[in-house]
Amino acid sequence: MVQRTTEIVVGFFMIAGLAALLFLALQVSGLSPKSAAATYTVYANFNDVGGLTPRGKVSMAGVTVGSIESISLDKNTFQAKVTMAIRSDVDTIPADSAAVIRTSGLLGEQYIDISIGGDMESLGEGDTFYSTQSAMNLERLISNFASGR
Amino acid sequence: MMDYVAGFGRRSLEVVGSLGRATQFLFGVLVGVPKPATGFPLLIKQLYSVGVLSLAIVVVSGLFIGMVLALQGYTILSDYGSEAAIGQMIALTLVRELGPVVTALLFAGRAGSALTAEIGLMKATEQLSSMEMMGVDPLRRVIAPRLWAGFIAMPILAMIFSVVGIWGGMLVGVDWLGVFEGSFWGNMQSSVDFVDDVLNGVIKSVVFGFVCAWIAVYQGYDCVPTSAGISSATTKTVVYSSLAVLGLDFVLTAVMFGDF
Repeated sequence: MVQRTTEIVVGFFMIAGLAALLFLALQVSGLSPKSAAATYTVYANFNDVGGLTPRGKVSMAGVTVGSIESISLDKNTFQAKVTMAIRSDVDTIPADSAAVIRTSGLLGEQYIDISIGGDMESLGEGDTFYSTQSAMNLERLISNFASGR
Repeated sequence: MMDYVAGFGRRSLEVVGSLGRATQFLFGVLVGVPKPATGFPLLIKQLYSVGVLSLAIVVVSGLFIGMVLALQGYTILSDYGSEAAIGQMIALTLVRELGPVVTALLFAGRAGSALTAEIGLMKATEQLSSMEMMGVDPLRRVIAPRLWAGFIAMPILAMIFSVVGIWGGMLVGVDWLGVFEGSFWGNMQSSVDFVDDVLNGVIKSVVFGFVCAWIAVYQGYDCVPTSAGISSATTKTVVYSSLAVLGLDFVLTAVMFGDF
């Protein structure tokens, strides 16, 4: 009889552990089934990516439309090549839009913002952004300000 | 003078010999896996006494540590106007570091010392040697269930600690200090990665559980079979487990989160 109670209590203990793992997975780290939504890949070349990191967000008019997959160095042009995954239902981005690196908030988390152009054609899978604007460099700004330009 | 050097050498060789005995002991325990029919009820009983009975201290400590993290974090972050980042601060601190480490320290103090005292008393009252004489392997019947119970219970306790801590932090941050609940969870979800943070924390707690359980059962098995010996073995369990956990935490953190 005592053995049975012990077994039941230990069973609840294991269930509590499993529930804790599920909570940590879903609620704390935001792992969710719908994050496997359909996306298409676009590229952008920057002179300076600043503090941009993979898994950063890509937004348009303040709405998150995708995320950054990877950042690599192009050894021929010495520019940073950023691979982005944009949601498939956002497929009307004009082909001459610009990818701009902006900073959000005081802790300075950087993200990519898409400035809309006016072209009739849209970006598709594997296209590259025509124009980009690099991250704001604080030292350059200060030296511009100090030298009076 | 020479006596001093000789004494130092003898003590060092004792330490090395003790480590060797501990490894042989571990090998004997791991190889002697009990048969499922007899071994499983023993494992359940040990899981109860090692895991379930430690829940009280783990849950209460987790709750208070989560609440203190929220209070301290809020004070610091409000200097930079970033109170909304309190969620990710609490979650990352607990899941990566405090969850595994504090749970391991509590586990060593509560369950580890209980295991050492129990096995030490069995050795002092000659129960282990009479088992050997009856042809029952004491490593397989007594020690192995306790080692496996510690190994299984530690990750579960560490995860429960993290969850209760985050909930306590939410109580203080959102309900008391007035941080917006949406940004609390939203910042947390965007900055905690399941594989890099949660799973690494689980790996840490598995390693710590193994080390704490091994030290606890070994110290009990190897103690001087007197009451003074048992008390010294129990103290050694807590001290060695704590030092091992903190040292391994540094190594694991450097490997997992360092930028090599």
